[in-house]
Amino acid sequence: MADIILKAPCNTASAPHRVTAWERLKADRNWLGFWFMLPAGVFLILFLAYPLGLGIWLSFTDARLGRPGDFVGIENYQFLWDDSTFWLTVFNTLLYTSVASVIKFAIGLYLALLLNERLPFKAIIRAVVLIPFIVPTVLSAIAFWWLFDPQFSIISWSLRKLHLISANIDFLGDPWNARWSVIFANIWRGVPFVAITLLAGLQTVSPSLYEAAIIDGSTPWQRFRYITYPLLTPIIAVVMTFSVLFTFTDFQLIWVMTRGGPVNATHLMATFSYQRAIMSGYLGEGAAISTAMIPFLLCAILVSWFGLQRRKWQQGESDD
Amino acid sequence: MASVAIRDVRKAFGTSVVIHGVSIDIGDGEFVVLVGPSGCGKTTLLRMIAGLENITAGEIRIGERVVNQVPPKERDVAMVFQNYALYPHMTVAQNMAFSLKLRGASQAEIDERVKQAAEILGLGPYLARYPRQLSGGQRQRVAMGRAIVRNPQVFLFDEPLSNLDAKLRVQMRTEIKELHQRLKTTTIYVTHDQIEAMTMADRIVVMHDGIVEQIGAPLELYDHPANLFVAGFIGSPAMNILKGRLLGGERAVFDGGDGIRFPLHHMPAGGDGRPVICGVRPEHFALSSDGTEAEVQVVEPTGSEIHVVAKMGSEDVIAVFRERHQFRPGDKIRLRPDPRLVHLFDEATGRRLGS
Ligand SMILES: Nc1ncnc2c1ncn2[C@@H]1O[C@H](COP(=O)(O)OP(=O)(O)OP(=O)(O)O)[C@@H](O)[C@H]1O
Ligand SMILES: [Mg+2]
Repeated sequence: MADIILKAPCNTASAPHRVTAWERLKADRNWLGFWFMLPAGVFLILFLAYPLGLGIWLSFTDARLGRPGDFVGIENYQFLWDDSTFWLTVFNTLLYTSVASVIKFAIGLYLALLLNERLPFKAIIRAVVLIPFIVPTVLSAIAFWWLFDPQFSIISWSLRKLHLISANIDFLGDPWNARWSVIFANIWRGVPFVAITLLAGLQTVSPSLYEAAIIDGSTPWQRFRYITYPLLTPIIAVVMTFSVLFTFTDFQLIWVMTRGGPVNATHLMATFSYQRAIMSGYLGEGAAISTAMIPFLLCAILVSWFGLQRRKWQQGESDD
Repeated sequence: MASVAIRDVRKAFGTSVVIHGVSIDIGDGEFVVLVGPSGCGKTTLLRMIAGLENITAGEIRIGERVVNQVPPKERDVAMVFQNYALYPHMTVAQNMAFSLKLRGASQAEIDERVKQAAEILGLGPYLARYPRQLSGGQRQRVAMGRAIVRNPQVFLFDEPLSNLDAKLRVQMRTEIKELHQRLKTTTIYVTHDQIEAMTMADRIVVMHDGIVEQIGAPLELYDHPANLFVAGFIGSPAMNILKGRLLGGERAVFDGGDGIRFPLHHMPAGGDGRPVICGVRPEHFALSSDGTEAEVQVVEPTGSEIHVVAKMGSEDVIAVFRERHQFRPGDKIRLRPDPRLVHLFDEATGRRLGS
């Protein structure tokens, strides 16, 4: 590859014989970048753009499972617009995402700050924090399902033994109980990602900055507010974008724990789409529900894109 | 401003003891340089004064107050770190204003003080820049600015010039010294560069392996090193060190074997036959027909002087001449030290003999 690069300038500058267009493309520096990008590009198109495009196309057809559909325009969307269950899932998804993300951020940041201090058994605590992240989602969902079981729930049992309640709590049977329960499970599962990533970010902050701030007379809170937090914002933006995206598109936890019940109280857009498309066979409608998630996700990405823009202090070159 | 008293201070990290009882008295307004080889505990001592490290034993006073248990923010000291530790997300002005802001000073006072410091340090044009947009020397000045806006009792500097190139280092050396003459704030300055120590200090503290080897004015250390370590550490090129013994007789002589004989000004106590170590500064050698013969190995002209490395007996010695002698490798020369300027040290303890 090195010789391609080395040859490139002389080929274009002083070629005595006529080079074919193909030879020139092969050696031209600007095209070289293109050749290097090609494998990645093919991969992205094949596995990302194609399914996405297909999904959007399906949402404009009346395809059923096992039967290719015809183009029906925005009929699927019109149908969803008048479907109260769809709007319920939108509400559920927004509630699930916002509550879980905020709490995951708060707990994750707290844990990261804690783990960044000198603690006894730090390595062990760090490993323990990672456990929820390592356990396969389905397994942890099943575990939560047992924890929240109407009859055998250990939570209800403990509270009963402590005489705090008289009857078992119906965790997954009551709509609001079910919502909080799945949110709780999602938080439990999502905190390690936030905590460990923020911890990595915290460790990039030079300790001498804190020492300088200590000598400058800062309190611990001021050090967090004026040193840690501003230096951490780029990483917070990345972590929280991913966290929001993962939460918004969550499927496994809900599907294993409640299948969207009771009475659709915990149906998220992803589970609802799956139910319509695969369980009921209305591929076009399911695809439309999935496609309806795109604007929300784009919003989340845009917010983080603005948050992520390199701040002035991060770039060295320009004067203004 | 305040004096600083360090009394028998010790420091251990776990079981490894790094500072073994150090006592230094620093007067109000004095510029004291801590110097010593890498790992001798200079930074550790400075951090104990700042309050960033606990004091294992002993006592540190700033002014009249024992500060062992006083948190850093109440010690009223300012520190310039080796890597400057500028806050990357704050402009030069914000960096300098930070401590005042934390203290709750009024905006008018902050502006006034920052402006004043910027003027002293020539940072006026850069106030709105971020640290990344500054050169090494400018960053160094911001770090000093951050210290001087606070008008603290004591300045602590930890090798503030070690990241700069040689020319800038010389320039900043002068600037720091001028700044001290202007502000007269008590200053403790750490370096491992003995030239920096010699040029800047009112008094130098030479440290080695967690103890103080000698405290004194720069020329005092140069002229009367208390022991072999200080003799070898202070001065560049380093002092020539030769092993041998004293010979009495009509005139006292140092006999280094292999025909090395240096006449002495007087015979120290313990006299004839005593094994000693003799130290001669390179510039105290002179060419003399009754000197010891040596063979020139290397000639290094620096412009203002020439350094000559010569083999004397089995030892390499270095001599510095202001005259432009035209020596060539292989030439035989005769070197004789000025008898009044020869240093003698006890062979066993390394302590200076005589005055
Ligand atoms: N936090 C620590 N834990 C254990 N040992 C330490 C710690 N900090 C320093 N030391 C040890 O203390 C000794 C003195 O270190 P210090 O940093 O004070 O040296 P120094 O004189 O500043 O050296 P340099 O010129 O290289 O900066 C070293 O041997 C070092 O290994
Ligand atoms: Mg140091």
